[in-house]
Amino acid sequence: MCLAVPGKVISIWDQDQTRMATVDFGGVQKTVCLEFVPDIAIGDYTVVHVGFALQRLDEASALATLALFRELGELDLEFGDAWQRAAAEAGASPHKQDRGGTTEVA
Amino acid sequence: MKYIDEFNDPELAQRLLDDIRATVTQPWAMMEVCGGQTHSIIRHGIDQLIPAELELIHGPGCPVCVTPLEMIDKALEIASRPEVIFCSFGDMLRVPGSNRDLFRVKSEGGDVRVVYSPLDALTIARENPDRQVVFFGIGFETTAPPNAMTVYQAKRLGIANFSLLVSHVKVPPAIEAIMQSPSCRVQAFLAAGHVCSVMGTAEYPSLAEKYQVPIVVTGFEPLDILEGIRRTVQQLEAGEHTVDNAYGRAVPAEGNPAAQRLLADVFEVTDRSWRGIGMIPDSGWRLAPKYRDYDAEYRFMVSELTTAESTECRSGEVLQGLIKPHECAAFGTVCTPRNPLGATMVSSEGACAAYYLYRRLQPARGEVTNVG
Repeated sequence: MCLAVPGKVISIWDQDQTRMATVDFGGVQKTVCLEFVPDIAIGDYTVVHVGFALQRLDEASALATLALFRELGELDLEFGDAWQRAAAEAGASPHKQDRGGTTEVA
Repeated sequence: MKYIDEFNDPELAQRLLDDIRATVTQPWAMMEVCGGQTHSIIRHGIDQLIPAELELIHGPGCPVCVTPLEMIDKALEIASRPEVIFCSFGDMLRVPGSNRDLFRVKSEGGDVRVVYSPLDALTIARENPDRQVVFFGIGFETTAPPNAMTVYQAKRLGIANFSLLVSHVKVPPAIEAIMQSPSCRVQAFLAAGHVCSVMGTAEYPSLAEKYQVPIVVTGFEPLDILEGIRRTVQQLEAGEHTVDNAYGRAVPAEGNPAAQRLLADVFEVTDRSWRGIGMIPDSGWRLAPKYRDYDAEYRFMVSELTTAESTECRSGEVLQGLIKPHECAAFGTVCTPRNPLGATMVSSEGACAAYYLYRRLQPARGEVTNVG
């Protein structure tokens, strides 16, 4: 849950006097609150946790982390369908496998 | 070397490992606090790549694992009410309460929704003014500021049908509790990187001094963890015990001042029970009195809960680093991700789930003995 994913700020706007942004995470775009990083600007990279930017990050680090997360499947875990995952883990859907890629015997 | 090719920079990984090997002269036991780090360590076999003298003790930093059973049962009771839309992060869905989980509540007709951000729950509240919208606010210092902001916005915008079920926990009191335990074997800590992105490092020097333990702020990626271990071993071998920051790219010493200000406004420190561990003084946050109207515990007044924890599950000992997951008789037999007895088998950050996913088909390396 403490996973924080780096992304690039694409656009910034004001919503109910709160600074919001669209942030791109290697192709997945999400609405993110910028209230904790008041000096961040369009084009900057930031570390995002549950829809909130927490720190600025340099571009090279951000891109390296994003590439690693994509390879490890962490982006699916963060942005994928949690119900589908829970159903697969619970064995509710016979067509899904658990995340380890192994089929449960229980 | 079976895992090292999987690192994003195998040469750097090898250099870090060589440096660690050249530094270690005796057994040491260090605890990685954060469950995300545990997951990464097991997934990439870091505990099997480092010298056998080094033991990584898995810490209690899995937020869904330590959320108290009573709070889970309260969430399940509130989520079952017809007037409620219950919003949560996805990793809470299958955390077992006394006799069911949120996934089951949903299948029984409860309106349980998974959100990416707590602000999404606020949007749902605005769109459903005739329903009560509750967000399950759990987690460590990393997750507390987003939840604090959501309650702050609810109050500011007058969204009266929103409330937060709060069960936040803090890392430094847990470190204190671990060090005060008579069975403590921990000689150093890898501190949780993103917790420090918010809180900075100011809380840790007094702990390092009081308990004479190195504390190294560490990231989550495999190379970050190797670097954290490398710096920890250097201190241990040199007889030092300072706070070092090995995750500087995301952790300024002062943390995030704006987030800290909001935490101080919205929350107040409280004693908190940790599932499997027990009560730790001053280890949690609850809503401050001026936000009490938005506190789901007060709004719904759930009472007469009878909690029942599994008698077979030893997740409490796992969370305290007293045993490894596979030392529990239920591990992989009656307790699996499909039928979890404890929360540590559910979450992606739970040590039992990590061992089950990545380790169960491999022979265990010989355990390093207690070096007390």
